[in-house]
Amino acid sequence: MSTAMERLWNGMVKENPTFVLMLGMCPTLAVTTSAINGIGMGLTTMVILALSNLMISMLRKIIPDGVRVPAFIVVVASFVTIVQFLLEAYIPSLNDSLGLYIPLIVVNCIILGRAEAYASKNPPAASLFDGIGMGLGFTIGLTSIGIIRELIGVGTIFGFQILPESYEPVSIFVMAPGAFFVLAFLTAVQNRVKMNLAKKGKDTSKIQSGCGGDCAVCASGCGSMTGQGGTKE
Amino acid sequence: MNDLRNVSSSPHVRAQESSADLMRWVLIALLPASLFGIWHFGPKALFLIVLTVLVCVAAEFLYEKGMHKPVTVADGSAAVTGLLLALNLPVSAPWWLAVLGGVFAIVVVKQLFGGLGQNFMNPALAARCFLLISFAARMTDFTYDAVSGATPLAAMRAGESVDLVSMFVGTTAGTIGETSVIAILLGALLLLWKKVISIRIPGIYLLTFVIFMALFGGHGLDPSYLAAQVCGGGLMLGAWFMATDYVTSPITPAGQIVYGVCLGLLTGVFRCFGASAEGVSYAIILSNLLVPLIERITIPAAFGIARMKRGKKA
Repeated sequence: MSTAMERLWNGMVKENPTFVLMLGMCPTLAVTTSAINGIGMGLTTMVILALSNLMISMLRKIIPDGVRVPAFIVVVASFVTIVQFLLEAYIPSLNDSLGLYIPLIVVNCIILGRAEAYASKNPPAASLFDGIGMGLGFTIGLTSIGIIRELIGVGTIFGFQILPESYEPVSIFVMAPGAFFVLAFLTAVQNRVKMNLAKKGKDTSKIQSGCGGDCAVCASGCGSMTGQGGTKE
Repeated sequence: MNDLRNVSSSPHVRAQESSADLMRWVLIALLPASLFGIWHFGPKALFLIVLTVLVCVAAEFLYEKGMHKPVTVADGSAAVTGLLLALNLPVSAPWWLAVLGGVFAIVVVKQLFGGLGQNFMNPALAARCFLLISFAARMTDFTYDAVSGATPLAAMRAGESVDLVSMFVGTTAGTIGETSVIAILLGALLLLWKKVISIRIPGIYLLTFVIFMALFGGHGLDPSYLAAQVCGGGLMLGAWFMATDYVTSPITPAGQIVYGVCLGLLTGVFRCFGASAEGVSYAIILSNLLVPLIERITIPAAFGIARMKRGKKA
């Protein structure tokens, strides 16, 4: 597999930011009240992530180590500002429904995390694909959460009526608790799927960080003991 | 015990009662309130009670079968959850509401966290709040005998006077099991007599609540107002049967007092300053979340160990 494909696969499946790395939880939980919001937020983040990865990777030899985080933030914030103006001009409805969460992309931990962990150490092309992969993974995560929440909480998907009129929506699913229910459920499902794949010996590398670091409750024997309570934020 | 001197880990002194015995007593103690609800609200109440209990037991059985875990239906805890949930439903609730609530209580709140003893919240109350948030209109529709009645608490909030005697007996609007104070107290006395529950949590809870209402209720020490607040809504059912749930209440005596104070304060805050006239369910599930912290600060000193001075590191 070429580096580009490997990066895409890594971002979407192996280290999916939503279900495996558990990064960027704030937009994940807050804006996924509908499928369209989920995909909108995901794609917006993806564009910024890809561009900032590319830019930071190109500047990686110029940025002094001591001030790298402020430098990353300046790069990310510039792209966020550009994208926000574009959204305001061309998709005002999405801009309205995402609201404050667009400027908050600046402090999204996926973007800073990828800049720190990947883009500042790797060449531009690979970093670009890393950003696209991670962004797609984020989009997949947010869209699937949004679809389930919208289906159960309103009875529609992307605004189209799916369930019959007689269905009474469980409106807790479009409120904050519903986000936690769906996120937990989907994370459990993907862990289960990956564990089954690992048992069949197809790919044992996939489950590494999906377990929260709690090896006591995990039977997969991945051997990646990360200490009490895991190391994730 | 046989003659082999086995070395085992503590506890060494065990009570004779099992979980199943305790659950049986709770079920018996809930009978007066259930029977009164059925008499007061009619056969629909019976239908809802039976349905919710069956759904809870079936959900527990199917989940444990499906997950290849030991089936613990026989300990009766699922039946208690189902009965408590049914008593917290209005009689006008449609059947699917009971089914949804029962499955949520058992599968999401109880089993996903590891089953009996592991749930961090009272399953019946968590399910009630789930339904209340999702279907607010249906859960607060206290219509019976084709008359849409306001609950005594809602009436008091609107500034109307309420009849204390009918609130005590239970011939008012409300959920199936919460209206009759006398039926609930009968069950509570049985539990106190059998030492299934101690007076500590409900006693402190009610006391704190009364003090809070006297201070902030706006009626001072008016005894009829305070009595109506205590008898109204889910306070009695919650204080005696749901705040005392072993799994979700502190185990240390000092912790139980702190927990009771928390419950009383939260209920008072919700009833006085909240958007709704009722606040017992939210007060209890919020306090449930505080239990691990409460237990942590109230662990009694172990035998033979001098209590550490605060602020002094060992």
